[in-house]
Amino acid sequence: MDDGRPIFLQVAQQLEGQILEGALGEESQVPSINDLAAFHRINPATALKGVNLLVDAGVLYKRRGIGMFVAEGARARLLDERRAEFRDAHVRPLADRARGLGLTTAQLQDMIAKEMNR
Amino acid sequence: MTAIVEAAGLTKRFGKVTAVDDVSFSLEEGGIHGLLGRNGAGKTTLMQLLTGQDFATSGDVRLFGHGPVENAAVVGRTCFIKESQVYPDDFQGKHVLKIAPRFFPHWDAALAQRLVDAFQAPLDRKMKKLSRGQRSAIGVIVGIASRADFTLLDEPYAGLDAVARRRFYDLLLEDYAEHPRTILLSTHLIDEAAALLQRVLVIDKGRLVMNADADDLRGSATTLVGRAADVEAFSARHEVLDRTTIGGIASVTLAGLSAEDKRAAASAGLEATPVSLQELIVRRTGGLETEEVSA
Repeated sequence: MDDGRPIFLQVAQQLEGQILEGALGEESQVPSINDLAAFHRINPATALKGVNLLVDAGVLYKRRGIGMFVAEGARARLLDERRAEFRDAHVRPLADRARGLGLTTAQLQDMIAKEMNR
Repeated sequence: MTAIVEAAGLTKRFGKVTAVDDVSFSLEEGGIHGLLGRNGAGKTTLMQLLTGQDFATSGDVRLFGHGPVENAAVVGRTCFIKESQVYPDDFQGKHVLKIAPRFFPHWDAALAQRLVDAFQAPLDRKMKKLSRGQRSAIGVIVGIASRADFTLLDEPYAGLDAVARRRFYDLLLEDYAEHPRTILLSTHLIDEAAALLQRVLVIDKGRLVMNADADDLRGSATTLVGRAADVEAFSARHEVLDRTTIGGIASVTLAGLSAEDKRAAASAGLEATPVSLQELIVRRTGGLETEEVSA
């Protein structure tokens, strides 16, 4: 775990990553809070906070007395979110930098097209 | 939620030295928390005041709502593992484990035996003759197996090697998961213990300088590096924790940047790195932490 970012967020992001990769399929059971805490060597309260973040977002849901499960449609929704984040975190600064370097939209598109087909 | 421990204006003076200086805080029931600070910051003295092993010069402590000094109701629910515990001359490890159940009503003998095996603690040698690491191991065993409602571990792993320390973290988490209680752990190995901690209390020269949720502190500060003019434009609106400049390049550490701020910084060509919990604490307690595992 990276000590520079809230650990509960990292727990949530790792679970999201596993759902996106398909390692955690929809309707499959998520490791328990205590298993997550033991695996990452973190405080159980922190693991719970990370899991609850995904419950609140509708990515996971609780089955009383059994545990946490991946919600139906979770992967598609996460993918949409990640794409929007990618635009904000990478494409927007990229466009700003490109403008600063005097690149035209066509030139930038050309560069991106080459990289995408590399 | 009930407060397990409440300290109000706690102060302890030894002659001209103020070891604990006007410390106030409270901890709710349940959780693993850290009391962090450099050597000599006042961690041990504070723990002694909290458990009634020493009298405060001024201020007040409540454990489970009661005063801790000579209070049987409090003593049975509290376990304080001191870094420099003194044992009777002929005492061996097995004697320590044998009398422990008399002090701790929730003592689990089977768990204690498992911990003895895990730490390979020698039980038939005099405590005085044990290495520091072996004495620490016995302290840790008592600390965990006592399952006290409020457990204070003062530098529990002094002298333990990296393997034994990792085992300690694992066993503590494992038992805590099944038997939640309130644990206050003092340490100067911040990087190792940080992920275990829910709240961190940071003490510096006797004063409580931080009392916050560990995850709130992570990423609460960001270091920005870039052209001095661009960096200055950003730092004007935020609390500056640290600043260095080389030629036209500046590096500032700022508190409380929003996600929006960070995106704007990236767009302005600034490099943003989050500040780790450890670094943040080092910055607030002045100077570098010395790694002193076997102290």
